Amino acid sequence: MNKQIMLGNEAIARGAYEAGVKVSSAYPGTPSTEISEILAKYDEVYTEWAPNEKVALEVAIGASVAGVRSLACMKHVGLNVASDPLYTFAYTGVTGGSVIVVADDPGLASSQNEQDTRMIARSAHIPVLEPSDSEEAKEFVKYGYELSEKYDTPVILRTTTKLAHSQSTVNLCDRTEVADKEYTRQVGKYVMMPASAIGRHVVVEERENRMAEDCSEFPVNRWEKGSGKIGFITSGIAYQYVKEACPEASVLKLGLVNPLPRKLIEEFAKSVETLYIFEELEPVFEEQIRSWGIACKGKELFTKQGEYSANMLGKVLYGTDVAVFDKADAPNRPPILCPGCPHRSVFSVLNKLKIHAAGDIGCYTLGAVAPLGVIDTTICMGASISALHGMEKARGKEFLKNWVAVIGDSTFLHTGVNSLINMVYNKATGTVMILDNRTTGMTGHQEHSATGKTLKGEATYAIDLAELCRAIGVPRVLEINSFDIAALESAIKESVNGDTLTVIIAKAPCALLKGQKFPNKCVADPEKCKKCGMCLKIGCPALTKQADGTVKIDETMCNGCGLCKSYCKFGAINVVEK
Amino acid sequence: MTKNIMIVGVGGQGTLLTSRIIGKTALEMGYDVKISEVHGMAQRGGSVVTFVRYGEKVNEPVVEEGTADVVIAFERLEALRYAHFLKKDGVLVVNDCRIDPMTVVIGAKQYPENIIEMLREEHTVYAIDGQKIAKELGNSKVLNSVVLGYAAKHIGFTKDAWLDMVKKTVPPKTVELNVKAFEEGYNA
Repeated sequence: MNKQIMLGNEAIARGAYEAGVKVSSAYPGTPSTEISEILAKYDEVYTEWAPNEKVALEVAIGASVAGVRSLACMKHVGLNVASDPLYTFAYTGVTGGSVIVVADDPGLASSQNEQDTRMIARSAHIPVLEPSDSEEAKEFVKYGYELSEKYDTPVILRTTTKLAHSQSTVNLCDRTEVADKEYTRQVGKYVMMPASAIGRHVVVEERENRMAEDCSEFPVNRWEKGSGKIGFITSGIAYQYVKEACPEASVLKLGLVNPLPRKLIEEFAKSVETLYIFEELEPVFEEQIRSWGIACKGKELFTKQGEYSANMLGKVLYGTDVAVFDKADAPNRPPILCPGCPHRSVFSVLNKLKIHAAGDIGCYTLGAVAPLGVIDTTICMGASISALHGMEKARGKEFLKNWVAVIGDSTFLHTGVNSLINMVYNKATGTVMILDNRTTGMTGHQEHSATGKTLKGEATYAIDLAELCRAIGVPRVLEINSFDIAALESAIKESVNGDTLTVIIAKAPCALLKGQKFPNKCVADPEKCKKCGMCLKIGCPALTKQADGTVKIDETMCNGCGLCKSYCKFGAINVVEK
Repeated sequence: MTKNIMIVGVGGQGTLLTSRIIGKTALEMGYDVKISEVHGMAQRGGSVVTFVRYGEKVNEPVVEEGTADVVIAFERLEALRYAHFLKKDGVLVVNDCRIDPMTVVIGAKQYPENIIEMLREEHTVYAIDGQKIAKELGNSKVLNSVVLGYAAKHIGFTKDAWLDMVKKTVPPKTVELNVKAFEEGYNA
């Protein structure tokens, strides 16, 4: 057996490989992205980036219907997008086993909310497995396929940020090839018209009851007898905090977190004097356990917000705190747009023109904070365009004279295009800016349907965003280099003041995209610098104000985009060869 | 006894690779290891934190405030921000450089003066100008190997064990340079 140290996400990919998965589809989203990137390296598995999570799940459903084991991966909010197929997939069940990996983000490391996937799974009647380390992550994926095929149901594997992005040891196994199942037409199972769905709803309930009955015996639900009088019911990464803070406690570690093993929980509760329910986010276990008349302590002690820790548990339980030093008062270091980022150039123009932007999900959300401060709304993928449209319908076209929508290329193809179709259809006049940096930036540079490359790195057709906009009927489509601030300024002014729906595609590759060469750098001349601070207003991290008030540009950080030069009225910044 | 190492810095400084080398070396030495990383937003020039824990059996993947044996800071302000994670007799290794956060660049906050001196009042501090050494070696990208070499003395394991892992982990073309950088840091 080969032992390796692996990220949770890497282990999930390995588990899918070992389980004989043949088809995987996903849309990138922190903290789930690496699963697909790593799975793509196995030749035996077809992997792809889909334009969004709904498409990804439907691809996985199709593969399952066709008789092979399939996988879909997404972050928690991606499951909202995929919830339409999800709820009905519970009705149809599977032919080839199907696992949906959903990564929750307690603590909001890189998300817009803290929703709990277990809540959605309960309402969709889909079983959920939750691992506590990388080894379990790999093994639970494989177990997920067993359950999926045994109970004829899709299975969700839920992870959280700490699990997904922590490394621990994993024992590698060989891949088990699973024979394709014969396809047979089953209208009652796969055509969800009312006549069939009525019957399938009965099946769903029977299945869930059967699993709830069986799961007290599932090996993934583990009773660890301790020496103390207290007991914990916990799962996932929270289990590790319990083991760290209270090694003597009895623990019922749930590997299957929906449905719950009632028999096992009742027995466990009887065996301890005080029962604590230790679960991050929502009181999903607690409410069910209380509803069975079992006394326990939970959310009155432990928050619904953020990530837990062993120290937090120790503080609540014993009043002890491991911290010995006071926290120093250090200025915050928030994430920022990189040096040479094309978004900065666009935002500097919007800032200058005092234009508000309805924003979207991506690096450009960072345009909300000082000094650029142009983004006014961020809701979800694609919402920038539809929100702008809503504003016009609420307040009339005059309201949009100082508004635009901004959305990235990958996000536009995810769900933004639907919103643009709505604008065309419903006679909108607003200005939509697609910030086309040729990649899915925030999640770490994934290909998408307009980059010309697949997840496996093969060449493919690249959608032309301008042609796409014209094809759906946008009357005015402009393509402008993101660093041509004069052209951007005049185009934006003309568009917001005009009555024609306009899409401005601001194009320049992400500064971190591989294969680019940056032969130049910007240099500030202290003799000419008038200390006015105009160049600092673009918020480039390569620029710092020195003690004497002049500006210095860090030569290792700078990649010579020249944006600071454009904002210096005194010719104190030059672009020179590195 | 579980050993707790924390690596802090600014997005893009190579702290992630450093934590992986430490973790893999501990694994090679036969320990149970957990490494916890921050991805996503924090990569964009933000404050970046990674944890390495090793011992007979490791549960929690993160290091908590007041429990770090060693904090390796790739930047002064980040050293100040996370020094309270040290346990009482913990060791703080600082790469003595300054990267202004945006709050300072735009004048909303002041970059604190005399950070190292301030930290010395409460902690055992070892400081090195890693940039200078990396630049002298002809490539500022080997900064993390210089800092790792400097910190390695305070973590344990043999020098050979460290060098083996550096060789296995860094890109093949840069092995020689990174080994040199590690040695420079180790001997500093």
